[in-house]
Amino acid sequence: MTAGVSIELKGIAKTYAGGVQALKPTDLAVARGETLVFLGPSGCGKTTCLRLIAGLEMPDPNGSLSFDGEDVTRTEIEDRNVGMVFQSYALFPNMSVAENIGYGLKVRKIAPAERDRRVREMLALCGIEALSERAIDQLSGGQRQRVALARAVAIRPRVLLLDEPLTALDAALRERLRGELDQLLRSLGITSIYVTHDQAEAMALGDRIVVMRQGAIAQIGAPRDIYFRPASRFVAEFVGAANVLSGEVRDGSLHLEGGKLALAGTGVGHDRSLMVMLRPESIRLIAPDQAVWRGRISAVSFLGDRQRVTVTGAAAQPVTVEPGNDLELAIGDLVGLDPAPGSLVVIPKETDSA
Amino acid sequence: MKSRRLFAITCLVPAVLVVTAFFVIPAVMLLFIGAGKGPDGEAGLWRYLAVLTTERYRSAMVSTVILSLLVTAVTLVIGGISGVFLARNRFAGRGILVACLTFPLAFPGVVVGFMVIMLAGRLGLIASISVALGGDRLVFAYSMAGLFLGYLYFSIPRVLLTVMGVAEKLDGRLIEAARSLGAGPWAVQRDIVLPALAPAFVAAGSICFATSMGAFGTAFTLATRIDVLPMVIYQEFTESANIAMAAALSVMLGLVAWLILALARLNGGSSVAAAG
Repeated sequence: MTAGVSIELKGIAKTYAGGVQALKPTDLAVARGETLVFLGPSGCGKTTCLRLIAGLEMPDPNGSLSFDGEDVTRTEIEDRNVGMVFQSYALFPNMSVAENIGYGLKVRKIAPAERDRRVREMLALCGIEALSERAIDQLSGGQRQRVALARAVAIRPRVLLLDEPLTALDAALRERLRGELDQLLRSLGITSIYVTHDQAEAMALGDRIVVMRQGAIAQIGAPRDIYFRPASRFVAEFVGAANVLSGEVRDGSLHLEGGKLALAGTGVGHDRSLMVMLRPESIRLIAPDQAVWRGRISAVSFLGDRQRVTVTGAAAQPVTVEPGNDLELAIGDLVGLDPAPGSLVVIPKETDSA
Repeated sequence: MKSRRLFAITCLVPAVLVVTAFFVIPAVMLLFIGAGKGPDGEAGLWRYLAVLTTERYRSAMVSTVILSLLVTAVTLVIGGISGVFLARNRFAGRGILVACLTFPLAFPGVVVGFMVIMLAGRLGLIASISVALGGDRLVFAYSMAGLFLGYLYFSIPRVLLTVMGVAEKLDGRLIEAARSLGAGPWAVQRDIVLPALAPAFVAAGSICFATSMGAFGTAFTLATRIDVLPMVIYQEFTESANIAMAAALSVMLGLVAWLILALARLNGGSSVAAAG
């Protein structure tokens, strides 16, 4: 339908009255049609960033923001042509579902016939034709979310901005709507900015993820990059379960309490001590006599599709492993740990401040 | 079950006692007095119709209703705009301003009347200014205009406080959503803010109207030349000693006020305080 625009932030920063710097000077480019996810804990500046792009906040002087090369830094939100979906949905309680969806078209003075046609198109797109005449307080959470999305998309915005749109829903519904949302965003091909603190949501929806921390970008990358090649301990631990291990480097191996890990292929030079990261699912449990790295099982939780095993004695901190559900394991068993090839990620020291 | 019902009935006792003693009994008595013997020795329900048939009473009723409606409308405009502004903006001196604006709540009608005289009376501020500017001495305190000013003055805080209370609870995201959809400041007010405040307007406007219908102190201070219904009732009662007529007019005043409030309630939802 609409391809949307490319977005460019140059030195965009936000300092609130009172001197709190919610966003440090930030450069960022979003490609046309891309879905970019801002991920981070609360207070990291992700929502501020979204509101700056929306035009709900004005950035500090010197920064600039452009849509397809057109400078919109000082353009008011009502003239930016952006679609917004709020966490609370912010549907107008004095209007029906159809009136909510058609509101943006009405203030644009689009003729009633054309307006009706586009509202019906949106209702169909979001699968809510039957709700057209309902009042907002007669809708469930999932239905409200769909109406909010339809209302934002109906104006054919240059950018779609979504602020934690699924957070208010329960887990099962959230997962289903996440799938629908992903399909919709891809079929529209619209440039989308999505804010969330849920890493699974970010992975599932984002073409790229911007991990934010304390008002600055910690890392930008495709979901796989962020997950498998985190740039810092903070990113490693925020985007999934991570074993962060520290040890001495001798003879090309990292020496830990329960043995050693080969560092071949990690490109490590002459550091004497090192910090590495291993994802729980990338460690295989093997017989202890075949292993060069061992530990003892101190806890086992059977999760159905997999198990979560805590191994002590392998490193300074307990190591978490997530093997398949077919292994019979007992507390006290001595096990060998075998990281999958290439799964060992060296975490740069200078960015480690967590 | 039995003790629960007993408990519920016990809880109602104070309300029933008060309503009976101070409303039901006087109202019924008023009804009877209005239909009873007057100074002319005649009894009958005709006195209730006198408010329509006698020129003096009819014009007093009409001017009271028009004055009250006008005061309500202007108060809603002034109080509504200021209320929304004060709820949405924080600035130095805001607290003092709100305190000043709500000050009239503490004044009895007599004091408000006196203030109108100081502003628009023969020796008032407006008169002095108009003379200093070389014009005629401008005096309007002792007319409907003075009364209008006084009523406006003590009605504004009621509307202001009600509107501020509701406006502060208004979800700011609704306004942001409307703006993102392209709505400018006027469209946001018309489509989002006003509909959200409508119940508050109906509630505040009703109180404002009912107060203006029955207000007496201000009119009494501003002179007897003003024929609003509460003044006419007072005159019937004291000067003509026509207690029956005063009672009949009181009943009709209450009835008309109640009728208009009921209409407002029908059209504006359930938050109207006065009409049941």
